[in-house]
Amino acid sequence: MLFALIFRNPLRHPLRSLLTVAGLTVAVLAFGLLSTVVEAWYSGAEGASNARLIVRNSISLVFPLPLSYRQKIRQIEGVKAITTANWFGGVYKEPKNFFPQFAVDVSNYLDLYPEFVVSEAERKAFVQDRKGALVGRKLAATYGFKVGDTVTLKGTIFPGQWDFVVRGIYSGRDAKTDLSQMLFHWDYLNETMKVRVPRRANQVGVYVVEVADPAQAAQLSLDIDAAFKNSRAETLTETEKAFQLGFVSMTEAIVVAIRLVSYLVILIILAVMANTMAMAVRERSAEYATLKALGFGPRFISLLIFGESLSIAAVGGVLGMALTFPAASAFAEAMGTLFKVFAVSSSTLFWQALCALAVGFVAALFPAWQATRVNIVSGLRKLV
Amino acid sequence: MRFRSIGIHSLPVLRWQAFALPLRYSLRNLWVRKLTTLLTAGGMALVVFVFAAVLMLDEGLRKTLVDTGSEDNVVVTRRASGTEVQSAIERASAALVESLPQVALGDAGVRQLSKEVVVLISLNKRQVGTAPGKPSNVIIRGLTPQAQALSLRPQVRIAAGRMFRPGRHEIVVGQAIARGFTQTGLGESLRFAGVDWQVVGIIDAANSGFDSEIWGDVDQLMQAFRRPVYSSLIFRLNDANEFSAVQAAIENDPRLTLEVKREKQFYADQSAALSTFIRILGLSLSLIFSVGAVIGATITMYASVASRTGEIGTLRALGFRRSSILFSFLTESLFLSLLGVVLGLAAASLMQNLRFSTMNWQSFAELAFGFNLNVSIIVTSLLFGLTMGLLGGFFPALRAARLSIVEALRAA
Repeated sequence: MLFALIFRNPLRHPLRSLLTVAGLTVAVLAFGLLSTVVEAWYSGAEGASNARLIVRNSISLVFPLPLSYRQKIRQIEGVKAITTANWFGGVYKEPKNFFPQFAVDVSNYLDLYPEFVVSEAERKAFVQDRKGALVGRKLAATYGFKVGDTVTLKGTIFPGQWDFVVRGIYSGRDAKTDLSQMLFHWDYLNETMKVRVPRRANQVGVYVVEVADPAQAAQLSLDIDAAFKNSRAETLTETEKAFQLGFVSMTEAIVVAIRLVSYLVILIILAVMANTMAMAVRERSAEYATLKALGFGPRFISLLIFGESLSIAAVGGVLGMALTFPAASAFAEAMGTLFKVFAVSSSTLFWQALCALAVGFVAALFPAWQATRVNIVSGLRKLV
Repeated sequence: MRFRSIGIHSLPVLRWQAFALPLRYSLRNLWVRKLTTLLTAGGMALVVFVFAAVLMLDEGLRKTLVDTGSEDNVVVTRRASGTEVQSAIERASAALVESLPQVALGDAGVRQLSKEVVVLISLNKRQVGTAPGKPSNVIIRGLTPQAQALSLRPQVRIAAGRMFRPGRHEIVVGQAIARGFTQTGLGESLRFAGVDWQVVGIIDAANSGFDSEIWGDVDQLMQAFRRPVYSSLIFRLNDANEFSAVQAAIENDPRLTLEVKREKQFYADQSAALSTFIRILGLSLSLIFSVGAVIGATITMYASVASRTGEIGTLRALGFRRSSILFSFLTESLFLSLLGVVLGLAAASLMQNLRFSTMNWQSFAELAFGFNLNVSIIVTSLLFGLTMGLLGGFFPALRAARLSIVEALRAA
């Protein structure tokens, strides 16, 4: 009896129920997309390792470190391996085509980053060609780079035009690997800078240090910084994860705004849903009075209302969750290489489901309370 | 009043007043169902709020960066560098630019040109509650004190303390920085590049980008950072119309690899990426949200029509036309959305007191900006809200207008 009524009631106003479900679907979809955006924001830090340290100039990232530090850091107890990377900041055709490019020490960079998977032949070809470049699979797909293509970048930090030849395309060891990077020879950068701007040769952006024992990472960071205290270029060492989180925290205000907005959409749909339920209850007050007269208690009536509200919310929620997947992949397509990883996570789905049910529950609260207070006599009077 | 397609005008109109239902009828209908009206208008208000807040934020960002530049100032950077931080100008090149005839002369024959160095340093934000302050990048700008740095930037004035003196390790701090970062208050000292810098003044740059900068003597800063080159040159034109002449002179000079922009344009370009991001994200969100609000309005209006079927039949029998019914319900829906717009805009106008501080991707430095409400945003939000009301009310109003008199009266 209870379930029959719960399933029949929404069908009495098919259009209204359909519209409410549509509204919920849109809201749950928007909520899911927003939380996926927020997660993508943190994805750089997600994929970062705690076993690697980033050594940079303590003033800020725009200041380089001398090449001579490499040997000094290598000698510090607990350092397993060290390699270098320079942020290149080149523009491919137009400024909006943004993707990260790093000039790296090709002799061992890939050893420190085992998550970049590349075939032996391509790796060899990359190492042997001074102008060679290695690009991520996602980046290659976005701009159609193929092995053997020449890619020309306009330098913003390092002036001039730079030609690279794609020698390999790397894929990721797991889903968190950043597949939108381009790696090339630090030697190529350095030799060219020696000619173009000699003052800026032999400089390294950051050193990447592999730690022998990750438990000692904090102590090792302090040791490295202590070694260069009061030198011409003091260092700041932190784990790769902390380094990446630093970037995220700089744009935190935007993340906070997106979060706030994603709660707003839930409030909007709560208003719509509560409205639907309030109207349904108002229209049926005579029925509730009849049910009461027949001997059904207030518990039954409120269960009826909660059941209807929750079932509408459940349908809308499931539809919204199902639509999140195609919407997210379309969004990722449009954004290109801006986000390293853009995938709907299980926690997003969990929150979507929870929000949909919460909306269904809260929307029924006030109408249910109203319905249980329906006075039998005055309710029945409406019938006549 | 051409709504003949909806139906036939069955009864002659007796008086003109009978032609249109009074506005009060629509208004009172909303008043009767207070909870429903409030919930629907509340949903719309939230959408209008998001819509207006996004436009206000974008406007605030634009205004902050546009106000930073001035029309007769020119910024010179290294070609293709895009930002001052990435730019480098050799001393010899700077001297060539300084000697151009288009550079204005100030009092005592001093060239109105500032050779500047712009670098980023990492500072810790002030602690909020118990969360430790996180580091963020801040722009440090070294200026040529002799060129009356302030006269090139008339919007900047000293709010507290005094200007830095040439040849000393002194800095003045923008008010947004002084508010947001540790060790930047007046009288405090800030250590970077191996030197302790005394904060001797706070500058008020009228909410422009300079509020998020730290200024010092260019020679002292270059020495401390061991940077032998300038980042950019800023000078005032003798005459604002001479811009193309000076641009040609610099960009065609084979000795110089420099790029020339009007200061206003330069700062507008700096905001392009962040502004596009805010606008695209915000507007697509409002669009998605508005679907929800339109659905809410549709549900409300359908219910309103359904509960008044008998009433509508009576009105038709009295001689009101189908078009009058249609307009009456559309008006009701528009009033509903108008209420939403008013509530939403009222909430959005409260946002004007907030400042928003984030990293600008193009300069990689912290930038504080606010929410700016102006007439065009109010008008746009109003149109946006009313469109939602119109879309939400149209089909229910159409249904009301199409009801047949006999059946409607039978329902009563």
